[in-house]
Amino acid sequence: MNPLQSLGHITLNILSDIGKIFLFTISVILNIFRTPFYLKELFTQILNIGYFSLPVVGLTTIFTGGALTLQIYSGGARFNAEAVVPQIVAIGMVRELGPVLVGLMIAARVTSSIAAEIATMKVTEQLDALKTLSTDPIKYLVVPRVLAGIITVPILVGIGNTIGILGGYLVATKTLGFNWTSYLQSTVDFLEMSDIISSLVKGSVFGGIATLMGCYFGVNSGRGARGVGNATKSSVETADILILATNFLLTGVFF
Amino acid sequence: MIELVDVHKSFSNTKVLSGVNFKLSKGESLAIIGGSGTGKSVLLKCILGLIKQDSGLIKIEGIESKIQDRNTFYNKIGMLFQGGALFDSLTVWENISFRLMRGKTKITNIAAKEMAIDKLRMVGLNAKVANLHPSELSGGMLKRVSLARAISGDPKVIFFDEPTTGLDPIMAGVINQLIRKIVDEMGVTAITITHDITSTRVISDSVAMLHEGTIKWLGKTSEIDKSGNPFVEQFINGRPEGPISQT
Repeated sequence: MNPLQSLGHITLNILSDIGKIFLFTISVILNIFRTPFYLKELFTQILNIGYFSLPVVGLTTIFTGGALTLQIYSGGARFNAEAVVPQIVAIGMVRELGPVLVGLMIAARVTSSIAAEIATMKVTEQLDALKTLSTDPIKYLVVPRVLAGIITVPILVGIGNTIGILGGYLVATKTLGFNWTSYLQSTVDFLEMSDIISSLVKGSVFGGIATLMGCYFGVNSGRGARGVGNATKSSVETADILILATNFLLTGVFF
Repeated sequence: MIELVDVHKSFSNTKVLSGVNFKLSKGESLAIIGGSGTGKSVLLKCILGLIKQDSGLIKIEGIESKIQDRNTFYNKIGMLFQGGALFDSLTVWENISFRLMRGKTKITNIAAKEMAIDKLRMVGLNAKVANLHPSELSGGMLKRVSLARAISGDPKVIFFDEPTTGLDPIMAGVINQLIRKIVDEMGVTAITITHDITSTRVISDSVAMLHEGTIKWLGKTSEIDKSGNPFVEQFINGRPEGPISQT
């Protein structure tokens, strides 16, 4: 195969994958509104995706908030603008770092777990078993996970933003000598409702992407342990790339 | 009851089924035998509607397996998967009563558990097993629980995919007798995919020999030893030499 043929082959494969993911997404969206609704499954997934992700989200954002504060203080000091630290930390966390970091952490923790679980179910014929028991795997497995992602990730983003700002606040007041009341006042005064809304919208979209990719690659996994491994790897890679690309597009929309 | 007319299936350029035909009467038990890679599992998945055949007709109790309303079709069947395919996150009783706890026919948890225990007794397991998870079961118990799940909806047709694979000869014998008993008592039509000749003799009334996507022989189980068919003779005697090449 010459290089041009290889390029054509790769391009066709990518286009084919995009088409399949698009059709899968449409199918999931349609099934969200169709009966039966598996509320118990939805509640279980809200716990798995939302509640049990709190520790990793909290740790990630508190350290990032602290580091961000140090970086902004260091950079601001070069042109005597140290006073803007609370405002920049707040806007940086809420508009950008909070949703992106939470999205990426959810992709690492949840997307991989969903892909591995569903791929293993496929390999062990549990997806076929569901069908023969008159249960649609998309409705029973995929819809509750995607809905749970769309519902819980914005909440995680909100919590992550708060913890990130708190991390910055602790570093600023304990090591950089900021006054604690004026730091908090600056943060609250500077943030606008549109900043918070854009952050939560991003969280919801990233939650949908992360869970959808886990489900897509799980349902379409290959055979055996290698198939499960590849599904897990591809799901996280694709979710990460889509989250970053979508973040760019959404930032443009909310700019 | 079950009718297959000229069923074809290919994957890319590989032809797996090349015109499969047979008709199975109500209450009859058919074993489909053949070597590995001869299309047995693909044929089963086509009958179940899990894979779409390229052409041909498959009917179960007058319902075509390609229909859109899958539930009507699946409510009539039970399936025992090769590895059990029990849901890891659910207990044994939740696995058995899975179908009855969801959808339009939903029953209470208490009634579902009672039904599951009743089915467990039918397959020779006691009520204590009901609260275990699949990971806590032995191979034989796993097959029995899968069998209990397959009969949970009182199906008209049951499919068995390699029911004795991975079991010791004694447990395989137990499962064979259990399947025969259930098929006779429930009066269901059964199709078993297997390459276990001992199992075939116990479970089935008739046998279809599948090779290279077509049925090479179809006859009564009692006649299998005097079939005169070179494919069947080679297969049941386990001879390396013959029309079936091992590549």
